Amino acid sequence: MNIFLHIDNISHIFKANLTAGERIAAKLGAKVETRSVRAVSDVTLSVRKGETLGLVGESGCGKSTLGRVIAGILLPTTGKVAIDGAPVMENRHKVTTRVQTVFQDPFASLDPRMKVGDIVSEGPIAHGLTTKPEARKYVARWFERVGLDPVWVDRYPHQFSGGQRQRIAIARALAMQPDVLICDEPVASLDVSIQAQIINLFLELTRDLELTCVFISHDLSVVQHVSDRVAVMYLGRIVELGPVAQVFGKPAHPYTAALFGSVPKLVLDADELVQFNSIEGEVPSPLSPPSGCYYHPRCPLATALCGTSQPVSQKVSDLRTVACHHYKKQLAEVLSD
Amino acid sequence: MTEPILSVKNLTTHFFTRAGVVKAVDGVSFDLAKGEIMGLVGESGSGKTVTGFSLLGLVDAPGRIVKGSVKLNGTELTTLSGNELRSRRGREISMIFQDPISTLNPMLTIGQQMKLAIDAHEPLSVRASEARATELLTQVGIPSAKARLRAYPHEFSGGMRQRVAIAIALLHRPAVIVADEPTTALDVSIQAQILFQMRDLARETGTAMIWISHDLAVVSSLASKLAVMYAGRIVEEGRTATLLRAPRHPYTAGLIASLPAAAKPGTPLTQIPGTTPSLLSMPPGCPFAPRCDRVTGRCEAEPEMTLQNSRGWRCFHPIGQLAEAPV
Repeated sequence: MNIFLHIDNISHIFKANLTAGERIAAKLGAKVETRSVRAVSDVTLSVRKGETLGLVGESGCGKSTLGRVIAGILLPTTGKVAIDGAPVMENRHKVTTRVQTVFQDPFASLDPRMKVGDIVSEGPIAHGLTTKPEARKYVARWFERVGLDPVWVDRYPHQFSGGQRQRIAIARALAMQPDVLICDEPVASLDVSIQAQIINLFLELTRDLELTCVFISHDLSVVQHVSDRVAVMYLGRIVELGPVAQVFGKPAHPYTAALFGSVPKLVLDADELVQFNSIEGEVPSPLSPPSGCYYHPRCPLATALCGTSQPVSQKVSDLRTVACHHYKKQLAEVLSD
Repeated sequence: MTEPILSVKNLTTHFFTRAGVVKAVDGVSFDLAKGEIMGLVGESGSGKTVTGFSLLGLVDAPGRIVKGSVKLNGTELTTLSGNELRSRRGREISMIFQDPISTLNPMLTIGQQMKLAIDAHEPLSVRASEARATELLTQVGIPSAKARLRAYPHEFSGGMRQRVAIAIALLHRPAVIVADEPTTALDVSIQAQILFQMRDLARETGTAMIWISHDLAVVSSLASKLAVMYAGRIVEEGRTATLLRAPRHPYTAGLIASLPAAAKPGTPLTQIPGTTPSLLSMPPGCPFAPRCDRVTGRCEAEPEMTLQNSRGWRCFHPIGQLAEAPV
């Protein structure tokens, strides 16, 4: 198994800035408590070349932060990310163009005052992938690749629909000729019929260009459709990791099972009363996470052990890991259903 | 079927903008029975939200209801004055909006806001309205409701805020609630909790509901009947299960087929080509024709709603025409 993208023991802590008073107190030698949020905790992942890893979880679980760390946008507090052995960041700076990002909101991620052609060519020109005189041709090629008409290069972002803007955002990322693409909720803001177009484009491009992808989404059906493996996050930790069919088919972590149970499905049976297996309670504040297993206050399988001891990731099978004390019980439950 | 509680006939709302007339809602008709939940589905710009706003008379200039009728319990709403409408809004018909952050007043506690909503229609003593507010908050699943009355909206999570908004909408036990994508901004686990509660509440209180959403799966688990909107019109309607199992309008069929859940992982999804037409420059004839794979010369005229067996579709070439058994 040749690992291409190494994500090694990443943690990211957001610290709130101290107020003026607290800064003075700290200068005077007083102990000042810093408020910090551990958005990502000890995440280790490896992704093979050409593989798409799905990253799912509810808002605030740290999936976007992890995506930004992998993309070299945020400096991790600990740990490092490497592509094919070469680090993404060195001396607090991003040192590679081999990883690029497609963001969620194509209305916010494209500069409204730049022509779309310039948006796409800016990076490649700066990094010598093309030259100014050649830029138009270069951009036209990528426009065609993502299904846009090359004559549109002189238009501004507001002249495009949401789906077209997302295509421009994809063209911008791909024009840098990356090996790794981070997609942070790329279809979340799009209508269903347009969403299907962008997903199809994504599938086609990752296959043709042999891109390694991290696909972040809260929409489990989208992740199931595009990913090879999936990592489920809860409060900054990966609670379950494995091939999509296995994780979605037989969840080993109670949270994964509950998350899948809450997704509304198309009901085609006339009198069937859908039972939602909704999760009790809400995601706890990451400012003060619970002790032991972060999920134990909401977990139906929790025991006293879960309140005191944090479960470590253990192997379920060759390709699967789960961080739960009672995963065997969970798996047995799934099988008995 | 008994007399419908809400009857909408040929509702037409246009926006008179400088760029031209935007026909946001163009001849929408439906009936809603007591305790019934209807799903109104469509993509952005299909007119589903404006339909909801029109029912409550909330359309602002340059928009105007140009024709049609909205009858609530036999009373025509479209011709009422602002005051008469206000006396019914919140009491007989109320609305839950998509974004719970912008619908609650950040400067007032939850208790104060609920008291205002109560006093608007039937002034109660401080103690009585507190009891009423607590009862409703408990009903929508807010723990230690009484203590939470003194909290401000920012102290609540997104899901809890939406529950508060739902509790306010339910305060006067309205006959009809229009819910405009109330769970879209929420996480799936919270969404499931709220959907579950709304369904039970509708059953317990007999409140009829119009659930506006772009998410077919959400609506299918909640609504007993569905109306699919496209470019300001209802293009297909019917019982939820029958409609989803055997859609007749090509647009509905395309929407269902484009859901990733329906496809084998990794395979290309069925996609509807093109984008929704601009409501400013609508093509003549069937608005879906430019994106439709069943289009013929006939589609240059606009199809009327064909009604059959409590189903309706607006298409000259409905799917499964031959398979349809004669009634």
